[in-house]
Amino acid sequence: MTVIEIDRREPPGAARAAMMLQRAHWAAELFARYDIERVRRILDAVAQAAEAHAERYAEWAVEETGMGVVEHKVIKNVACSRDLWARYRDHDYVSPRTLDDDKVLELPRPAGVVFALTPTTNPIATTYFKVLLALMTRNAIVVSPHPGAKAVCADAVRVLSDAAVQAGAPDGCIQVVEEPSIPLIEALMTDQTTDVIVATGGNAVVRAAYRSGNPAIGVGPGNVPSFLDATADIPAAARLIVESKSFDNSILCTNESAVIVEEEAADQLVRELGRAGAHVCSPEEVELVRERLFPEGRMRLDLIGKDATVLAEEAGLKVAPTTRVIVAPFSLVVPEEPLAREKLFPVLGLVRVPNTRAGISAAQAMLRITGAGHSASIHSTRAQTIMEYGAAVKVLRVSVNVGNSLGSAGVLTNLAPTMTIGTGFYGRSSLGENLEPRHLVNWTRVAYNADRSVPFDDFAGMQPWRLDAVRHASAPAPAAEAAPAVETDLLREEVRRLILEELKELTRQ
Amino acid sequence: MYDYGFFSYDSKEDMLERSRAFWNPDKTDFWQDAGIDLVIDRREGYLFWDMAGRRLIDLHLNGGTYNLGHRNPELIATLEQAMQHFDIGNHHFPALARTALAEALVKTASPNMRRVIYGSGGGEAVDIALKTARHTKQRRKIVSIIKAYHGHTGVAVGTGDERFSKLFLSDHPDEFVQVPFNDLNAMEDALRGRDVAGVIMETIPATYGFPLPEPGYLQAVKRLCEEYDTLYIADEVQTGLMRTGEMWGISKAGVEPDIMVIGKGITGGMYPIACVVVSEECSAWLKEDGFGHISTGGGGELGCVVSLKVLEICGRPEVRSMVHYIAERFQQGLRQIQEIYPDWFIGIRQDGVVMGLEFNHPTGAKIVMKHLYAHGVWAIFSTLDPRILQFKPGILLSPELVDEILDRTEVAIGKAYAEFKAGSRQAVTA
Repeated sequence: MTVIEIDRREPPGAARAAMMLQRAHWAAELFARYDIERVRRILDAVAQAAEAHAERYAEWAVEETGMGVVEHKVIKNVACSRDLWARYRDHDYVSPRTLDDDKVLELPRPAGVVFALTPTTNPIATTYFKVLLALMTRNAIVVSPHPGAKAVCADAVRVLSDAAVQAGAPDGCIQVVEEPSIPLIEALMTDQTTDVIVATGGNAVVRAAYRSGNPAIGVGPGNVPSFLDATADIPAAARLIVESKSFDNSILCTNESAVIVEEEAADQLVRELGRAGAHVCSPEEVELVRERLFPEGRMRLDLIGKDATVLAEEAGLKVAPTTRVIVAPFSLVVPEEPLAREKLFPVLGLVRVPNTRAGISAAQAMLRITGAGHSASIHSTRAQTIMEYGAAVKVLRVSVNVGNSLGSAGVLTNLAPTMTIGTGFYGRSSLGENLEPRHLVNWTRVAYNADRSVPFDDFAGMQPWRLDAVRHASAPAPAAEAAPAVETDLLREEVRRLILEELKELTRQ
Repeated sequence: MYDYGFFSYDSKEDMLERSRAFWNPDKTDFWQDAGIDLVIDRREGYLFWDMAGRRLIDLHLNGGTYNLGHRNPELIATLEQAMQHFDIGNHHFPALARTALAEALVKTASPNMRRVIYGSGGGEAVDIALKTARHTKQRRKIVSIIKAYHGHTGVAVGTGDERFSKLFLSDHPDEFVQVPFNDLNAMEDALRGRDVAGVIMETIPATYGFPLPEPGYLQAVKRLCEEYDTLYIADEVQTGLMRTGEMWGISKAGVEPDIMVIGKGITGGMYPIACVVVSEECSAWLKEDGFGHISTGGGGELGCVVSLKVLEICGRPEVRSMVHYIAERFQQGLRQIQEIYPDWFIGIRQDGVVMGLEFNHPTGAKIVMKHLYAHGVWAIFSTLDPRILQFKPGILLSPELVDEILDRTEVAIGKAYAEFKAGSRQAVTA
């Protein structure tokens, strides 16, 4: 029986969470004085701990969110731990550097407290990614997972935090909001102690990040066109596209949304897609797909990240049990065509075009609907076409002759490997590149008089920061347990509602 | 004109005049003479403003009352909400909030603790503790530390400096024995007769300037208490609630007291209550005659609700982490200042954010206090050892405010040093 109904002016947990930011602020102050050896030692340990748990968290994430494919999540989790660290281990965002010709000394200055939002679609990979980036740049990080993946994320953050602190990181430099809610996240985003927000998630949360008044890096949604011209290696392209579209059941925002194919190569592509494990729908079947997977023109949220066979069953299609992708041909790229929008499950649109010019137009049309600034892909062996396509589509990365899911994410290309795709000015973002460590650090430039007669100094061997004996705040726990929290948890219903709201955002026009 | 809505003053001078006339002339004048013309007006976080508008950082915190800051927003919200349903309650009946807080407190204390008795302030709580000890052991004698301070109420005042008991003809030297701090032989001598009800000690004596117990001292006193069949009463009024980096200083010292006194910070300065946590043995009178100590305001339920929140906040892992960061930053910063004035700023006593700064002059802390005040920091000297400045920062300070405190402290200590040097030169020439 409830006797007193507590009337809250703040969302539940706000005061406690603000305290997490304060703790992170203290940690960041100390962390900013670490040298490169200490930082590397911490990352060695954290990357190793993350990799060691890659499988467990892949399973847990699929179980908790009901989305994606365990083996693919393992790949992403490893890519965002061991591989990511291997890629950046020789980079240095910590030590001073000099530009002798310019007579400028550059000193790296971490942002401080990073407030990181992670999505329900790629919960662990994104958490790993952001935590590692923060550590590489000596930032403290508070992770706010999507409510739909909060348990697995909270556990992962604790594991990474323990590994980091054990390896000498400042206490509290990695923390997690265990009971996230939209009002709570908004409170933390606007908190003065937040130095930068890194928002990956639905459009609502990204817009809120930019409204917060704090520096923010937020990125927009994708809707990837993949253009094949007649010069492409069609069998190879078909295999790569099926591979990419079925990867983690299309929940990377870089997954191909629709293939745009030159008429001349279209029949061969359809055959090859079938051979690669796709089911290509008849016109009747396309109608069923539209009706049942996109009721009222909107992608069904409950099917995000589901297997192709599950989708086929929902749509009432008879397909081979080995089917990995459902291909739905359609003729016109227009806003009212649901197949022309982002699809976070393995249904792939297919549009035939008479020539390259029309293909480029169709790709442009897709990106007018949604996904501007994000990614596109092209399969072609003609350099001129590749350049024209790149110059025409309003995106900031185009992957060439490679699956786009991992191509634009920098795993299969030499783009920066990332879980956060900057959509730039086209996509209403402050970041136009794949998020990488250098985006979380500023540099103080100590500049000398340009006059040639004034000499520059030699800073070799000097240490800019002194780290006094570091004692760790994670002292032994008190003898007895703390008083019970007065706050109560969010109702389950409320969480469900929030998840649905945000997922709706993903598919909004 | 200073119009405070509920009352008003023409000027600060008018206020001080009326303070002399209607409140406490000696205390009012004392501060004016000491160069501290402070009348606290607005308060917020670890800051307050004098009537004249001057901003000061509070390093006195009323002895830890404002551990979580002045008018902590979480505590304001808690009290406001509590007032929608509760008032102080009734001291005779089983009470909702008193019971809830008692249970929460027992859980935070050492495992031998069982029950909580409430007072309305620390002095009354110490009275309760001493009366409980006397009832438990059926003896009158209480042992305390020379220069101890446990409040000014009827029984408690006997444990402290005679300055406060003789004034009111309330000294009972036959019942109150005092021994030097950190002197185990003296303690053993006092207990050997097996006629002592209890030993009461602050875990780190505040008003004496926070002399730190020597390693093993508190544990040894506890052993002596056991050996000579007397009770250990821990006064945790200034060392509790995370100020040493643990919830209770006495737990950090590894001592299980028989009675623990809690006050000040437990209600964050919102609605005062004080608490006495007791073991099963010391619960006897609560079963024999529960009306033995009656206190209308004791454990007022509004205060209990606030206290629950205070305990919850202090128990957060974030707070533990921050206390350690704050303590470490102060330690480093103060050492750097000490390196500049080694023959003036001669000692740093520190356990967590419980700190005493020692100066090389019998009233050195009064000089430093004055200069700190002039430079925007309010910290008080130790009444019972004016060489020592009590330096008591809060447990939720930001790095920026800690750095600001250190900057101001460095300048103030430097100016105090100049005054001290000038003074000693004068003394030599005289």
